[in-house]
Amino acid sequence: MLRIDNLAMRYRTGDRALQGVSFTVEAGQVVGLIGPSGAGKSTLIRCVNRLVEPTSGKILLGDRDIATASRSELRRIRRRIGMIFQEYALVERLTVMENVLSGRLGYVPYWRSFLRRFPQADVDKAFGLLERVGLTAHADKRADALSGGQRQRVGIARALEQDPELLLIDEPTASLDPKTSRQIMRLICEICRERNLPAIINIHDVVLAQMFVDRIVGLRAGEVVFDGAPDKLDDDALTSIYGEEDWTQMKKSVEEDAADAADVSAFEHNREARVAGVA
Amino acid sequence: MSQASIRPRHWRRPPLFIQRKWLRWTIYLLCLVYLVAAVSSVDVNWARVYEGLERGWRFVQGFLVPDFSTRSTDIWRGMIESLTMTLTSTVVGVLISIPIGIGAARNIAPAPVYALCRSIIAISRSFQEIIIAILFVAMFGFGPFAGFLTLAFATIGFIAKLLAEDIEDIDEAQAEAIRATGAGWWQVVNYAIQPQVTPRLIGLSVYRLDINFRESAVIGIVGAGGIGGTLSTAMSRYDYDTAGAILILVILIVMLAEYSSSHIRKWVQ
Repeated sequence: MLRIDNLAMRYRTGDRALQGVSFTVEAGQVVGLIGPSGAGKSTLIRCVNRLVEPTSGKILLGDRDIATASRSELRRIRRRIGMIFQEYALVERLTVMENVLSGRLGYVPYWRSFLRRFPQADVDKAFGLLERVGLTAHADKRADALSGGQRQRVGIARALEQDPELLLIDEPTASLDPKTSRQIMRLICEICRERNLPAIINIHDVVLAQMFVDRIVGLRAGEVVFDGAPDKLDDDALTSIYGEEDWTQMKKSVEEDAADAADVSAFEHNREARVAGVA
Repeated sequence: MSQASIRPRHWRRPPLFIQRKWLRWTIYLLCLVYLVAAVSSVDVNWARVYEGLERGWRFVQGFLVPDFSTRSTDIWRGMIESLTMTLTSTVVGVLISIPIGIGAARNIAPAPVYALCRSIIAISRSFQEIIIAILFVAMFGFGPFAGFLTLAFATIGFIAKLLAEDIEDIDEAQAEAIRATGAGWWQVVNYAIQPQVTPRLIGLSVYRLDINFRESAVIGIVGAGGIGGTLSTAMSRYDYDTAGAILILVILIVMLAEYSSSHIRKWVQ
């Protein structure tokens, strides 16, 4: 369980990034964090594992306050929090397996990680996760040899290799095509439910968020302006988050999306038939 | 319709530096006048140039009929000495540069370490090889040991500076991701930074090997051993045919190094 209490973050330039942010994420709950660019979504998520230092407020994971943790404590807390990134943030020149095993870095001594001699249990876990995300055959490929969707799967496996108690997910689908985006969102949400894992997903695609998450938190100019179930997110709520806009347009585009999806599956179906014909 | 009539039809790229036309041309003219004045102030003794031509011709002749055999033992010894000096100094220099380069990268080193490492680099880079060589020859006597120290010292400034800049230019997202797993500082360096900078470090080391060989031919002239010493002796004895042979060998080795280094760089990517 994660509790954020009156969190504020101010840049050295004096610009306010977050102000009075408070909410609680229950075990197993997937929270979608939405808001316009510059609303502080990324900053909020990075404050939780202190990749960005908050100015004031509390971040409680269990009963430990992350905001005041010392350097060495912070390391121990970070290994309990898995993070998935927008541009995957894999180490490009390392193999898939090394990337997944790097999720254990907080647990193993330096010499083991340096010699790539991870404990057997960690290796077993890594192979298990690669199987779960469907990349067993790619274990020894370099990360930069994979496609976008595959890389994000490696990113997910790396985060899970940590045995996290919380997932922080920063725009997981921003660089993926619509179909892969859905697959990745579905995978993340399934895994969270399997493991009863709470997650904060920072996402700008409102429709995608509504499709998958349990709860939506709307951020505007560093403040929480909406907090509720996805179906409570009506035109008024969207206006309070993003400002005045014709929201029927977006809903229309949802319908178009659905039509597109139908087209795509029809096309795939036809193609399979054609391929079968060729064979 | 009225918009079409306003639309301009002539376009020129605006001048890069000085907007006012007359000022720009005046400055160009002044530069030209200065250049002409500077060139004409160089005092050339044409009689001496004529005398030198003859000596230069003898040199060219020596070059055209290089003599590898008369002083082959000297050439051989000098070459071996130079190559040994080059290889050892590059290896030692690169090994020392790695910690200094890591310390001189602003994004991973604490401020005091950063300041210290940057000043070591600045010292190493502020002296030309010849000056260091003269100093080391005075300290440790003639011979390849002074040359080895000179080249290793110069390598530190070169590699550490470029390595530090490369580390500062890494993709920060990869380092952030490794840091977010709870990795310690050494693990971040080993997992996030090393894979990103190693190919370039290898490329730079090979390049430095090449530079060090060329430098070893130069610093030999001030007594730091190697093929440069042999070359300098040949020149002072007016053995231009031997000097020509040495120069040809140096050129061949440099070309060989150039050719193989481009292959190595492609291979490590």
